[in-house]
Amino acid sequence: MIAYIIRRLLYAIPILIGVNLITFVLFFVVNSPDDMARMQLGAKRVTPEAIEKWKAERGYDRPLVWNTQAAGLAKATDTILFDKSMRMFVFDFGRADDGRDIALEIGNRMGPSLAIAIPTFLLGLFVTVSFALLLVFFRNTALDVGGVVLCVAAMSISGLFYIIGGQYLVSKVWNLVPISGYAPGLDASKFLILPVLISVVGGIGSSARWYRTLFLEEINKDYVRTARAKGLSELRVLFRHVLKNAMIPILTGVVVVIPLLFMGSLLLESFFGIPGLGSYTIDAINSQDFAVVRSMVFIGSVLYIVGLLLTDISYTLVDPRVRLN
Amino acid sequence: MADLIGVKPVFLWSDLLLWALVAGAVLLALYCRSQDYLRRAWRRVGESSAAMASVTVLAVFIAVGLLDSLHYQPRLPAKEGSSEIQYAPEVLSALDALFADLRLNKEKTYSAPLATHGFAKETMERDGVQMRDYPRLVFGGAHLDELSQHDADLRSRALSGAVTGLLVWAAFTGLVVGLLALMQRRSYADTCRTVWRPRLSAERPIAWGAVFVTAAVLCVFGGVIAAWADGYHVFGTDKVGQDVLYLSLKSVRTALLIGTLTTLVTLPLAIALGLIAGFRGGWWDDAIQYLYTVLNSIPGVLLIAAMVLMMQVIIDTHPEWFETAAERADARLLALCFILGLTSWTGLCRLLRAETLKLRELDYVQAARAFGVSDARIMARHVLPNLMHIVLIALVMDFSGLVLSEAVLSYIGIGVDSSMNSFGTMINAARLELSREPVVWWSLAAAFVLMLALVLAANLFADAVRDAFDPRFQWRARRTLKRAAA
Repeated sequence: MIAYIIRRLLYAIPILIGVNLITFVLFFVVNSPDDMARMQLGAKRVTPEAIEKWKAERGYDRPLVWNTQAAGLAKATDTILFDKSMRMFVFDFGRADDGRDIALEIGNRMGPSLAIAIPTFLLGLFVTVSFALLLVFFRNTALDVGGVVLCVAAMSISGLFYIIGGQYLVSKVWNLVPISGYAPGLDASKFLILPVLISVVGGIGSSARWYRTLFLEEINKDYVRTARAKGLSELRVLFRHVLKNAMIPILTGVVVVIPLLFMGSLLLESFFGIPGLGSYTIDAINSQDFAVVRSMVFIGSVLYIVGLLLTDISYTLVDPRVRLN
Repeated sequence: MADLIGVKPVFLWSDLLLWALVAGAVLLALYCRSQDYLRRAWRRVGESSAAMASVTVLAVFIAVGLLDSLHYQPRLPAKEGSSEIQYAPEVLSALDALFADLRLNKEKTYSAPLATHGFAKETMERDGVQMRDYPRLVFGGAHLDELSQHDADLRSRALSGAVTGLLVWAAFTGLVVGLLALMQRRSYADTCRTVWRPRLSAERPIAWGAVFVTAAVLCVFGGVIAAWADGYHVFGTDKVGQDVLYLSLKSVRTALLIGTLTTLVTLPLAIALGLIAGFRGGWWDDAIQYLYTVLNSIPGVLLIAAMVLMMQVIIDTHPEWFETAAERADARLLALCFILGLTSWTGLCRLLRAETLKLRELDYVQAARAFGVSDARIMARHVLPNLMHIVLIALVMDFSGLVLSEAVLSYIGIGVDSSMNSFGTMINAARLELSREPVVWWSLAAAFVLMLALVLAANLFADAVRDAFDPRFQWRARRTLKRAAA
């Protein structure tokens, strides 16, 4: 097991190098730092000195991959590739355009992101699985058909409408919770309850329909018939047998997103003014802060790879037939 | 040519690609007709009422989108003493010409749907006295002398619109039944009877009933809206007084383009790489797998954001590339499609690779190998046709996801050009409108209704296609597209 995990972690290295190269090509080769400087400074203030100053402030004034003017090892290290891209491997992201340390900022903003993402994830999983089980329990009835129709309709509505509509109704018309904002500690709950509810409701459609198909697939198998023949109640069959066996495909979709919960949700956080990583990313995109976007891309892929590893490990936990090697 | 029709046709790149896509779809349909197994699969789609109803709705959207993809520059009135023909700088489309009333009848600012009066009070003079009141609209209800006629006018217009709609519907139904009778060489009355029979039968394998019912609903609604639109702003007006109905019709093209043009990038990449990886194996396989694992491991929205930011830099630093604003917006839209395609081919590629791995071991492929048929030929003749159903299903299933992601991306600010009409830009503007007092809800509602209709129809159609072509395959992996954004 441990050997497997170590091997998988080693596999991750070439992938992360690939991600790093892609971001490097995107941010420094497709457009030279000069172009970016011109764009950020605006057409009016572009002078060669201003561009040089902009580049020097951010450390973009060095050669891309090979510094001929430096001596010895610095030929390779005193470059943009090393300083801006390779340093990300040790989670040193440099500074954002507002001068703050990106790594520090990410650390500070993880808390609020998790405060909204974890309840959303847990509640969402619980609600969708229960809803899907309910539909399966009433399969081939009008309730089932109605539920599926509802699911298809729900997944055809853009997530934006859930957020805008929910915020408008609950916060503005009914005045139940503050429209947006955040407070540390327990006070946060009144700011978090609405975004959590909205994203749970918005996510029901596609997941519940998918889980329902999974459960229906299981329910026609022999062991379910045996369980029924033993005289078990339908509820017991559903929860003890069907749910347990349908867990494997559910896990594939679910475990992989757990690490990504750290990234928060772009839309929810920006709509509700929660100072998490999602709103950090959106702000960076809007203000064209390339350093921050680059860092978030890197962190996102690290988390995704961790998610894949967790998925594989979780297989062995729910399905003893699976051996890792 | 330009002199003959009095306008100068403009061919935007996206128009050409869209029409090329239409031509491709027609060719594909002809090919499907010639292949028995494909015809049978499509017939199974036709048996589904939900699918046929969705097709009807989608057809309307596609018609609007295609009309909006015929662009031209109108001729300016000739100057005194000059024979030189001049064309207006603005680029219009056939849709603009068709709905010229909607486009040109502007108000000053917001007005509610079907309103006769403005949204905000203005200072005006009446009977020599200065007062603040809601002003009459320039266009909306301007034909009414007495305000008390408003309700009655709306009612009578609705009635006449519904009647016209029903007449159009009757003509449409008659035409379809007539064509069917002609194709099946049966009498008109006989065809009529089978078409309306509720249960499907060998004589009538396609759920025409669903088509006609949907068409009836669309015709009645369309008739009423058209009758109202003649004298009012049916969905109200936006901040600068533009008709919201017109704006939402214009948004349809953007949504369709994003949903379809993206596949022009996705398909070649996914098919070529998936085939090679699965068929060749070895280091080809390793390299391609590495490539899509790397791309896949970057969260979709972030990769799109990074690429769009870079594209913005390119567009902003090269203003000389684009002659008109329409061209720049068009280039940006195409670039967005390209980026969405580059980031979303991995899922399909993985599926195709896995399927090719299976097909490679089958006897007929082995036989072809033994005969010395070249690898390229085996892939093209023996493997690719057996992958087409996966490609088709992926294509229709991705469509709705792409339409939804366009709205999200435009909202975040990494979508289409802000001057381009799209559901995303409409929603983006509506967000501020909701915090006004009294609230401006109509643009959001219009975007909501049209998007729901489009995406719901696309989803239902995709489900039917999936069930008809490959009921057992698990398609969940493709659905996760840009869900992370929401």
